[in-house]
Amino acid sequence: MKHLARGVFWVAAMMVAGAGVVEAQQKTLDTVKARGQLVCGVNVGLAGFSAADDKGVWSGLDVAYCKAIAAAVLGDAGKVRYVATTTKERFTALQSRELDVLARNTTWTLQRDSQQGLAFVGVNYYDGQGFIVKKSAGVKTGKELSGATVCVQTGTTTELNLADFFRSNNLQYKTLVFDKADEALKAYQADRCDSYTTDASGLYSVRLQMAKPDEHMVLPDVISKEPLGPVVRQDDFQWFTIVKWVHFALINAEEAGVTQANVDQMLTSTVPDIKRLLGKEGDFGKGIGLDNEWAYRMIKQVGNYAEVFERNVGAGSRIKIDRGLNKLWSKGGIQYAPPIR
Amino acid sequence: MTASARPLTPPPTTANGPWAWLRANLFSSIGNTILTVIAGWIVYQVAHGVIGWAFVNATFEGEDGGACTRENAGACWPFVSAWFGQFMYGRYPDAERWRVNLTYALALAGLVPLMVPRIPGKLWSSLYVLGVFPILATILLAGGVFGLPDVPTDSWGGLLVTLVISSVGIAAAFPIGILLALGRRSEMPIVRWASVGFIEFVRGVPLITVLFMSSVMLPLFLPNGWTIDKLVRALIMVALFSAAYLAEVIRGGLQAIPRGQFEAADALGLSYPHKMGLIILPQALKLVIPGIVNTLIGLFKDTSLVLIIGIFDLLGMVQAALSAQRWLSPATPMTGYVFAGFVFWIFCFGMSRYSLMLERRLAPGGQRTIAKAAYD
Repeated sequence: MKHLARGVFWVAAMMVAGAGVVEAQQKTLDTVKARGQLVCGVNVGLAGFSAADDKGVWSGLDVAYCKAIAAAVLGDAGKVRYVATTTKERFTALQSRELDVLARNTTWTLQRDSQQGLAFVGVNYYDGQGFIVKKSAGVKTGKELSGATVCVQTGTTTELNLADFFRSNNLQYKTLVFDKADEALKAYQADRCDSYTTDASGLYSVRLQMAKPDEHMVLPDVISKEPLGPVVRQDDFQWFTIVKWVHFALINAEEAGVTQANVDQMLTSTVPDIKRLLGKEGDFGKGIGLDNEWAYRMIKQVGNYAEVFERNVGAGSRIKIDRGLNKLWSKGGIQYAPPIR
Repeated sequence: MTASARPLTPPPTTANGPWAWLRANLFSSIGNTILTVIAGWIVYQVAHGVIGWAFVNATFEGEDGGACTRENAGACWPFVSAWFGQFMYGRYPDAERWRVNLTYALALAGLVPLMVPRIPGKLWSSLYVLGVFPILATILLAGGVFGLPDVPTDSWGGLLVTLVISSVGIAAAFPIGILLALGRRSEMPIVRWASVGFIEFVRGVPLITVLFMSSVMLPLFLPNGWTIDKLVRALIMVALFSAAYLAEVIRGGLQAIPRGQFEAADALGLSYPHKMGLIILPQALKLVIPGIVNTLIGLFKDTSLVLIIGIFDLLGMVQAALSAQRWLSPATPMTGYVFAGFVFWIFCFGMSRYSLMLERRLAPGGQRTIAKAAYD
């Protein structure tokens, strides 16, 4: 005993002071270049948007935006440090300059855009509340859900949107309300309700967690607005512009038909839009503080918006989200980018 | 005429053997028989469910969640084996994982001599564990010196982070807790009030709030451009938090020491450190071993709360794995949580067995046999 008690008593406090002293406030672009690495805040784990695989490699729609920014700014899509952030700490991490950019399925709202020192650069995924139903029910659109029982999680805007949707369409419905999303989903699987509703991006991965995914389908209707996009700080306009145009260039590339595979041939294209995009004409890259090959590198290493979408959440992935609103404006969606000129 | 003992006849089978045992213990009355049947039915149901889930209906091979997607699918074991490395080390780079293993080996090299009572040299091994090992471990794990590549703490994860947080928490909480307990019983008003204030403040706030403070508020208070590593923030908070709880447990032990012990120490002319270190604390700590271990087990399990501030401990890593689309399936969540629970159980059970052993060993002579009988 004596020895043991003494052993315990010889304890010395151990404190690790991993404090890092970082640069005084300066341009984010310069900081990123000096560091040689982009620090990107992503979701801890959201299928299709940001998740690391069993080798620790990050992928997803939001992650692809981190890669695109790194490719444009640093020339290498691999020079990203991913910081997993939770819903509550994400804005603090950005405001306290721990992050350069936050690409974390964050909904763009007026309050966030104005009061929290945040600046949304655009919408990389138009999300909204949707419905999942059993295929056997034969329902094809939300309007046919009249008289249906819907399982929903309580205390969320989901419940309110649902009420608005049915009321404004003069439809009869019943809700089955649950405290947790898991329980609502269980009830739907146990046939206690005809449909389960939550954000559409989530519905597709929910489908894969059912015993027979093929017997369920997500309806095309989206009944609320949840525009998700990357966020930067308000105090650095140059950086805001760069991230904004990274997003626009991805969409413009899709519109111009420039893909990861054909971008090298496209360098010799005579189409003015493509020449301007790939830096063969004008000094557009210099205008935002980069070089003129910024968009070329980005497309070469990451792909255009369509490729990024299909690979991570669309047809090329397991969750297979329908592009819906996220189609280009010219193809029936609302993804639209100002021209590079 | 010689009297010879008749060979003993074996007792009737109704009084011996398995049937007799069953009758005596399980079916001795109608009430007991009913209880036995009900209990047997429950055991059967549970065992049936568990075995069915873990083995009969389980999936043992597969490349992605599709293999585990079917009706009544049991455990999805290939998910655990594919992610095993991540569950243990987090995103610690593959090529550097030997550093983690070496750290574990160094820890064992110190802890085994410290924890097995028979091995002598407790002073040296505790000096090593508390003085040398933390430095070695920090260098090994974090790197950045002696040619070891730098591994930032946000790529640490899994069981590694769970062990780092709990061991640093335990090692730091113990001395702070003792000081706080002594401080609370001190006759100096400022020391006493400071200790009481700290303990009551910390006990009045949930750990989750403290962690949120460290990750959401603290960065905003620091001067511009200053950052403190997120893991370090969490470590400090966890250590201070458990120190407050430990302090109260130890205070309980101090109060149980008879006044005569203090007076005897004073009569011998011992100074305060000697009195406490040689007479009071050894007795007080021994008395509260169950309480201390209880707090430490609680601390070990509380480490999983760090997942809410985006640190991937074992549970956080499992949850992150569940959102990787390759393994989405109806069976993976349950499998992941069961695995995490099992790993936590191994460690907590180990701690509680060790504490029983300590109690038995440290029990004063008269109690030893009783304690032994109670725990064997």
